[in-house]
Amino acid sequence: MAKYLLRRFLQLIVVTFVISVLTFLLVHLLPGDPTEQLLGANDTAANRAILLKQLGLNLPIWHQYLIWLNAAFHGNLGTSYLDHESVAHIIITGFPVDLELIIISQVIAFAVAIPLALVTSRKPNRPLDNISTTGTFGLLALPPFVVAPILVAVFAVGLGWFPATGYTPFTQSPATNIHEMILPSVAITAGSIAVYYRLLRSDLISTLQQDFITMARSKGLSTRRIMWRHAFRPSSFSLLAAAGINIGALIAGTFVVELLFVLPGIGYALVQAVEQRDYLVVQGIALVVAVAYVILQFVVDFVFTIVDPRVVRE
Amino acid sequence: MPDDRELLDTRNSDQLLGDRFPGMAATEESVLAISTEHLDGDDVLARKPLGFLFWFALGWVALVFLAAVFANVIHLQSPNFQNYSALNQGPSAAHWLGTDDLGRDLLARLVFGSRVSLIVGFAAVAIGLVVGGTAGLISGYKGGRLDIALNAGSFIILAFPAIVAVIAIVTFWGASLLHITIILGIGTIPLMFRVVRASSLSFAQRDFVVAAKTMGATDTRVVLREILPNVIPVMVTFSLITVAGVIVIEGTLAFLGLSVNLPTPSWGNLINEGTSNGALSTDPYIMMWPALAMFMLLWSINLIGDRLRQRFDIREGVL
Repeated sequence: MAKYLLRRFLQLIVVTFVISVLTFLLVHLLPGDPTEQLLGANDTAANRAILLKQLGLNLPIWHQYLIWLNAAFHGNLGTSYLDHESVAHIIITGFPVDLELIIISQVIAFAVAIPLALVTSRKPNRPLDNISTTGTFGLLALPPFVVAPILVAVFAVGLGWFPATGYTPFTQSPATNIHEMILPSVAITAGSIAVYYRLLRSDLISTLQQDFITMARSKGLSTRRIMWRHAFRPSSFSLLAAAGINIGALIAGTFVVELLFVLPGIGYALVQAVEQRDYLVVQGIALVVAVAYVILQFVVDFVFTIVDPRVVRE
Repeated sequence: MPDDRELLDTRNSDQLLGDRFPGMAATEESVLAISTEHLDGDDVLARKPLGFLFWFALGWVALVFLAAVFANVIHLQSPNFQNYSALNQGPSAAHWLGTDDLGRDLLARLVFGSRVSLIVGFAAVAIGLVVGGTAGLISGYKGGRLDIALNAGSFIILAFPAIVAVIAIVTFWGASLLHITIILGIGTIPLMFRVVRASSLSFAQRDFVVAAKTMGATDTRVVLREILPNVIPVMVTFSLITVAGVIVIEGTLAFLGLSVNLPTPSWGNLINEGTSNGALSTDPYIMMWPALAMFMLLWSINLIGDRLRQRFDIREGVL
C-alpha cells in the first residue's frame, strides 16, 4: 500500500513539474519583444538592456523558470496588467463559485443516478430499464453549452422561475444564492447523471448475480436492505472514482455556465483574461486549475486505497 | 443497448483502459468530457440487428456530412449575407429556419457552421489515431522499456484537465482551425495510444501470433497482418466516441468565443450568438437550431459507436 501510494505520489510530482514547465513556457512562446511593448518602439537599445535586466529577462531560461516557480510557491503569480489585481486574488475570489456549482451539480447527479440505478438494475431489460438507459444515453449528447441556453430559454426567459443572470454571494443571502445557482448547476449535471447511472447500473447488475446476494435473499433480508447494504456498497467505490475523474469535464462546464449566467468564477475570469490578452492571468489560472486537478486525482486515489484495499494489489 | 450479456461482465472497461482501478479506467473518455461508457461486449452469441435507430443516426451523420461538403454547391444563401429587410424572422419559405438579428439565413449558417465541428472532430481524431494508434500497436506488441516510457508519458498528458490546457495554448498560439485541430489532435494521441496498446498487448501473446512468429514472420508482418486486423474494431468504436468528445471541446471553446474567429460560423459560436444580447427572448431560433443539430450529431455518433461495439463484440480477453 505504501509502495503504491509512493508511486502515485512520484507520478504526482512529475505531472506537477511538467505542468509548471509547460505553463511557464506558454508566455515565452509569445511573439514580440516585451521591452518594445513597455518602452515603445523608439527607445534606445541601452534603455532596453536595462529594462531587460530589471525584469530578469536576460537570465537563462531555466533560471527565469526557477525564479517564477519560487514566486508561484509563495503565492505570487503576478498581477493583471489591466487592473493590477493579483492573480492569486482573482483565483481566490472566483474559486467558491466554481466549487458551489460543482457541489450542487454532483448532489443532483447522485440524487438522480443512484436511486434510478438501484431500481432499474433489479429488473434489467424491462421497460423502465430500457427507458432510463436510452434516456441517459441521450444525456451524454447534452454538453453544457447545448443544454444551458435551452434551460435559460425555458425556465428563465419563458417561465421566469429562475433569474437568467446574476450572482449573490452565499454569505450575503443563502436563499437568493441557491435560487440563482440552481439553473447553472443543473446545466452541467446531464453528463454526470449519465456517467454515474450507467456505471452503477452495470456494476449492480453484476453484483446482484453474486452468491452473497443469493445468500442474503435466502436469509430473508428485505430488498431495500440487500440493495443498499449488500449491492450498492461495493459499487460505491467505482462511483467515487468516476466522480473524481468527472471533475475534468465539470471544469469545462463551469466555464460555460459562468459566461452564460455571468457568475464571477474562475472560468469567467479566465475567459475575460483571454479576450483582453491578459497573459499572466491566463497563465496563473491554467497553472492553479491544472495543479488542483492533479492533486484532486491523487486524493481520490488515496481515499480509494483506504476504502478498497484491492486496488493496491492490481 | 441493454442486453443480457452485459450481466456477464462489467469489468471489461477497467481491464481495457486501466492498470489503475475499477471505474478509474475510463479516464480517457472522461477527460474528453464524454462518458464512462463501457466498452464491454454485449452479445457474444446473438448478433442483434443494428436496428432502426442505428440507421437513423447514420443517416443524420451522413446528411450533416453531405450538407457540409456540398454547402457551396446546393442553393444556399451566403452565411454572412445580411438582409436588413428580414431580421429575426421565424421559419418561412424564403428562410427555412428563419434569420438572425442581422438578417442572415440561419439554415446557411447552420450548414456552413457544421464544417468546423466535423473538420476538427474527425481530423483531430485522425491525428490521434495515426500517431497514437501506431505507437500503441508497437508498444503493446513489443513491450519493454519503450512501452513503459510511452505509457508513463500518456498518463502525464492525460493528467491535464483538457479544457484548461486547450484554452491556455489557444490563447498564446492564436485560435485558428488548424491550431485547434492540431492541439486537440495531440490531446487525443494518448487516448488512442492507451486503448490500442491495451488491445494490441492482449493479442501479442495469443496462439495465432505465436504461430506466425514461429513460422518466421517478421515483426512488421505480425503487427500489420495478425494484430492490426484484430485491433481495428476497437480503434473504430473508440475513435467515434473520441470524435464526439472532441466536437464537444471545440463547441465549448467556440461558445466561450475562443475557437475559430468570427464571422466564420460554427455551431458553438452560433449557440453563443443565440444567447447573447437578449437573443434568447427576441429570437430563440438562433440558439435552438445549432443546439438541436449538435445534440443530434453527438447522440448519433455515440449511438453508432455503441452499436458497432456490440456488433464487433469487443470483449475478448482483451479488454
